[in-house]
Amino acid sequence: MFLKPLRSAALAVATVALLSTSALAAGTLRVGMTASDIPLTTGQTDQGGEGMRFMGYTVYDSLINWDLSSADKPSTLTPGLATEWSTDPEDRTKWTFKLREGVKFHDGSDFTADAVVWNLDKPLNDQSEQYDTRQAAQGASRIPSIASYKVVDPLTVEIVTKAPDATLPYQIAWIMFSSPANWEANGKDWEKVAANPSGTGPWKLTSFVPRERAELVPNTDYWDENRIPKLDKMVLIPLPEPNARSSALLSGQVDWIEAPAPDLVPALEGNGFEIVSNAYPHNWTYHFSRLEGSPWNDINVRKAANLAIDRAGLKQLLGGLMIEAKGFMPPSSQWFGNPEFDVKYDPDAAKEYLAKAGYGPDKPLTVKALISPSGSGQMLPLPMNEFIQQNLAEVGINVDFEVVEWNTMINIWRAGAADPSAQGAQSINFSYFIQDPFTGLIRHLSCDLIAPNGTNWGHYCDPEMEDLFKQIRNTFDPAEQDKVLQKTHEKYVNDALFLFVAHDVAPRAMSPKVKGFVQAQNWFQDFSTISIEE
Amino acid sequence: MLAYTLQRLLYVIPVAFGVSVICFMLVHIAPGDPLTAVMPIDATAEQQAAMRAEYGFDRPLPVQFAIWLTNALQGDLGASIATGRPVASEVSRAVGNTLILAFTASLIGFPLGIFFGFVAGIFKDTLIDRAVTAFAITGVSVPNYWLGIVLVVIFSVTLGWLPSMGAGPGGSTNWAWDYEHLRFIILPAVTLAVVPMGIVTRTVRALVGDILSQDFIGALKAKGLSRFGVLRHVVRNVTPTTLSVVGLQLGYLLGGSILIETVFNWPGTGFLLSNAIFQRDLPLLQGTILVLALFFVFANLIVDLLQPLVDPRIKRG
Repeated sequence: MFLKPLRSAALAVATVALLSTSALAAGTLRVGMTASDIPLTTGQTDQGGEGMRFMGYTVYDSLINWDLSSADKPSTLTPGLATEWSTDPEDRTKWTFKLREGVKFHDGSDFTADAVVWNLDKPLNDQSEQYDTRQAAQGASRIPSIASYKVVDPLTVEIVTKAPDATLPYQIAWIMFSSPANWEANGKDWEKVAANPSGTGPWKLTSFVPRERAELVPNTDYWDENRIPKLDKMVLIPLPEPNARSSALLSGQVDWIEAPAPDLVPALEGNGFEIVSNAYPHNWTYHFSRLEGSPWNDINVRKAANLAIDRAGLKQLLGGLMIEAKGFMPPSSQWFGNPEFDVKYDPDAAKEYLAKAGYGPDKPLTVKALISPSGSGQMLPLPMNEFIQQNLAEVGINVDFEVVEWNTMINIWRAGAADPSAQGAQSINFSYFIQDPFTGLIRHLSCDLIAPNGTNWGHYCDPEMEDLFKQIRNTFDPAEQDKVLQKTHEKYVNDALFLFVAHDVAPRAMSPKVKGFVQAQNWFQDFSTISIEE
Repeated sequence: MLAYTLQRLLYVIPVAFGVSVICFMLVHIAPGDPLTAVMPIDATAEQQAAMRAEYGFDRPLPVQFAIWLTNALQGDLGASIATGRPVASEVSRAVGNTLILAFTASLIGFPLGIFFGFVAGIFKDTLIDRAVTAFAITGVSVPNYWLGIVLVVIFSVTLGWLPSMGAGPGGSTNWAWDYEHLRFIILPAVTLAVVPMGIVTRTVRALVGDILSQDFIGALKAKGLSRFGVLRHVVRNVTPTTLSVVGLQLGYLLGGSILIETVFNWPGTGFLLSNAIFQRDLPLLQGTILVLALFFVFANLIVDLLQPLVDPRIKRG
């Protein structure tokens, strides 16, 4: 009921809205985030990918960063505070990181090997003085492979893993490095550091009002000249409610909003606002229960379901703001490979597969699926699930929904298909980050990570897949590792191990004044290239 | 009067205790895990257990309650799980913002409600009465979040006169009663005032109509009392009940509105509560609900204490 008046009103007053935006300060970008609070500012951020995007990769760096410079190719790892890293061929658990020389924290103190060890103790060593529960909660699970670490010389650090693990660089890219000297200067109190943080990143935090706003200014001494911000200032404003976010943009109170509601996109575009989107490692899928008795144990049923989904129709429903899934990874991913099973809309073939499995018009298959009415990365879950329900019903798969609130859904995902909380459901609709080998592939199907030990919800365990996961962890040449990852993904698709549906495109709406933004194929983004044109 | 006052004050203790038990239990009965908000989704079971122990969620509920209540009695509501900030400071900041909004909405809603109620009551069953009643019913019936959105569309998006969100040009930290800040409060305050205004209008209208039809009014008129003089008697008779209703509505306003504060991104208690609910931030949720519930308790206490002062018929205790 709100959309129609907004659309017509907005169309009628495009000029007014634009005039009000143009009267604002030069060089300041005001961002409406979807988060309900300013992400944790002390280093290891909370609020998932959005937290890292706005308060991680802005104020801080990692030893290994993500390359966010291109919109056209998949984002890969790039040297950050470490210039190079390698493993010992004799003992693959030993990693050496050579640190970048001359890097300073915002408070002027030097970034050294001591600072690296201090920052690894921060989430991992609960006996250390700087151990911080909140940062540990966010950081420790990101670097599960690390066993120990030590200073070799002021610019060299050695990290030892529990077992050989070639995915360590991806794990390390999560860890943000905060200034030990600044922590000392703030009375060794993380609460005080939160208001006055110091990293090595391209932005410095200058003011912070919890739940309301954070202001960042460029770090003009940043070690990478190409990433010194052009703007004078960036203001981050938590605006969790989608309509409030869009109204704030339309009325000129912010210049940029994350995730505009798809319904509002035409109104925003009609008023001259730009909608920017790109592929990125996000997945919206159904996990299948592989417990005894589950119909999804039959590959014919899994393939039938995958061929029943009209993804082009779904894309239309979302106003074009999705990528049609061809597998678990987006088709542009460096790990997509060349799967033989073509994930497409072919209801006739779907019916044939179902017939092979012993189901047909006289004997329809009925399955139960857990879905949520909202949630992180869920796009528009209710209409999307209803669309899928209709598609599946058309080929002979009847889906009964069990609708649960998102927080409860997360707990059910962690608990697994066998847990009573799953209420006997044979599938669960989930959406998430798939940016690295662990979050993208390993965690979903590893035998070791069968819930509740991890997030292998469906209790899948396959020796061939296990071997591929082992190869990923033991292939230390990045190009060769990519090939193994492709092979793994090919198996994901060829065995139709999930219901492949959609990938989000991270839409953001911005005022026409915002120039120079390059939307990388990544959950994190670089704000350094942006300028405001008056 | 002293006995009555003491009795009312003593009643507050069991009520406040009951409130604290209910708000503690409510947040624990609700499904969901507070750790979901603070840990990455694939943290191992071991890491989750360690974190659960760190926050004390592994202890039996009565023990958790006893610790929480003991600390709460000393003014320590614990620390938010999601942010680590002290709940007391989070709640007091939000309460400050909600008070500003509630005060402004009261200034709009109560005087207008009383005025419209009197007008409708005096002119009962006339066109004026019907118009005012229709207005009041609309005020009570319109979902206020919808009204808020419509006001934003008209005054922020279309006309560009007023901001659509926030509590001041630089946030709520330096609130001032100047035009730059008041611009931000107009839309949420008007939206918030509509329901109490409608309720007060209807209450006052019914009371005024009822009192005007009573015999003593006829007697007063027969005695030759001026219209103003009669009205003075009406006011005195209407005041106690109106005060009760205003007290309840004041509690409602002070409680903040989750929907309105969300629509306008107003950083008050409603906004805080909504964040705490979605994040399963139990200490923050418990602290905020407790403070809001105590607002109701004390608003009613004040009304109860004021009533004997304005209505000599009340001789309780």
